Amino acid sequence: MVDATFDLALDSQARGASLRFALGRVAIYTFLGLFALIYLLPLFVVVANSFRELPEITRNGLIAFPQSFSLKGWPQAWAHYCVAGTCEGIKRNFFNSLYMTIPATIASTLVGALNGYVLSKWRFPGSETLFICMVLGVFMPGQVALLPWAYILGALHLSNSVYGLILVHVIQGLSFTTLFCRNYYVNIPDDLIKAARIDGAGFWRIFFKIILPLSPPILIVTVIWQFTGIWNEFLFGVVFTGGTQQPITAALVALATSQMNAHPYDVASAAVMIGAIPPLLIYLFGGKYFVRGLTQGAIK
Amino acid sequence: MSNALSANQAIRTRAGLREKLGAWTPRLAIAPGAIASVIYVFGFTLWTLYISMSNSTMLPTYGFIGLKPYFDLWSNARWKIAYGNLFYFSAFYVVLSLAVGLALAIAIDQRVRGEAIWRTIFLYPLAVSFVVTGVVWSWLYSPDAGIEFLVRSLGWHDFTFRLITNRYTAIYAIIATGVWQSSGFAMALFLAGLRSVDPDLIKAAQIDGAGPARIYRKVILPSIAPIFIAVAVVLLQFAIKTFDLVVALTQGGPGISTTFPANYVYDLMFQRGQIAIGAAASIMMLLALAVVLVPYALWTVWRSRREAARG
Repeated sequence: MVDATFDLALDSQARGASLRFALGRVAIYTFLGLFALIYLLPLFVVVANSFRELPEITRNGLIAFPQSFSLKGWPQAWAHYCVAGTCEGIKRNFFNSLYMTIPATIASTLVGALNGYVLSKWRFPGSETLFICMVLGVFMPGQVALLPWAYILGALHLSNSVYGLILVHVIQGLSFTTLFCRNYYVNIPDDLIKAARIDGAGFWRIFFKIILPLSPPILIVTVIWQFTGIWNEFLFGVVFTGGTQQPITAALVALATSQMNAHPYDVASAAVMIGAIPPLLIYLFGGKYFVRGLTQGAIK
Repeated sequence: MSNALSANQAIRTRAGLREKLGAWTPRLAIAPGAIASVIYVFGFTLWTLYISMSNSTMLPTYGFIGLKPYFDLWSNARWKIAYGNLFYFSAFYVVLSLAVGLALAIAIDQRVRGEAIWRTIFLYPLAVSFVVTGVVWSWLYSPDAGIEFLVRSLGWHDFTFRLITNRYTAIYAIIATGVWQSSGFAMALFLAGLRSVDPDLIKAAQIDGAGPARIYRKVILPSIAPIFIAVAVVLLQFAIKTFDLVVALTQGGPGISTTFPANYVYDLMFQRGQIAIGAAASIMMLLALAVVLVPYALWTVWRSRREAARG
């Protein structure tokens, strides 16, 4: 008898708990769904509007379910729209960004790997201090470097050129790449290096035969970090280059802030997409490594 | 005999030379990167510091005039607006990004379905540039086509949403966009932190009869406090460097109401030909970063020493 009432009480308690659990689930999914909507809205707007007809956009507004379909915005943005007197679209700026980002990413990653290798496996008196000095560059605001860079680029005849931007990004990026690689190589056992040295392997041989083959995880993180960072950079691009030499970020700002009577949202949306697609693709395919870079860059 | 000896010696010195050379190889290998970095960090900073005390106007010149550019800067109304904006923006941006990021992380941590999809959605803004973010949000804020237009077309005809065209509220548009861009970052780090809490601690609290809310408040959140501080420091750093977002979103307007220090530096150096004052403003940005980062670095060192002492 006593047992039965106890069971009953437990049962109703369990039912209450499961109801509460279900309500909690609903609340959690509602909360996440609401935020997901806010997060996805801008992406939806840009993608949708790059495929809508301009008159329909002006009639129904930017945030609307597409009622027209047009592919005209994309070729227009790529090769024809006019900004500041030239009508060549964003093609040239896209390639500027590509020609700037790829060499700068590769060079800064390789030099960073070499630096990290020395600073973790071939320490010498003062190497820890040197490491700290190099890593300080991570925190330096670009504004402090503007005037020295302007002078140096001028002296090297690299002002207003993609090559100048490559130089700027390689040197600015060294702090990050050295930090990433050094912190990764520290965890490679020293015994591995010692054994190789006993076998007669030298500095470079160990680097190419032991360290680099162990490096893909950190190299992927570094390449993704550098590529997205350099592709998305705006300050140096807008200060050191103009017109046809500008990277895509600077061209997008010029396009978006130019005072026109009717804003060409269809073309501008396609242009924005062209600027956003490379880092978005990298994020979608290398998401895991992207997040790893963030966590490491932030905490260490 | 003596011939053999000298040959032996020759071999030994050659080996010694190679060894010495070998010892220098690492230093030679790191030299180019190290020299470039050190020049970048220290040389450039000192250079800019000197220019900030020079009589430069349109072009850098090297006549030393002491702190005058700093006094000129601090007596400038626009600079006051800029650093006022920076304080206001930093406070809201950091607190809101932390709050939204934590809420999202805790929600995702409740064993939800499709965790990878939620994470991907909340983190993608970080992959795209501030320029792209700013341009798109400026459209959404624009009264002729964005949110106001949408709500009006839904039937609420006198709805107004004009954050961005009002000099007193435009800063909130920048704050909201910044939070949209960065809260996913906070979420990712918090989520990693929540996952790294010792499960035994949580079990012990459960056995003691603590409910989930209490466990979060008393056990989980205190143990991820260091992550909180790290994320706040990174966000503060972003805030101090804010430049692209403002350019793409408001161009510092309406008027000069959303000028930020970084934007003013650019203006002084490249639009107004007041290089010395611009350099002074950039040094102030560096100081602001130091005010945030130096205590944080000291605290990190202190904490790791304490942990090492405890074993």
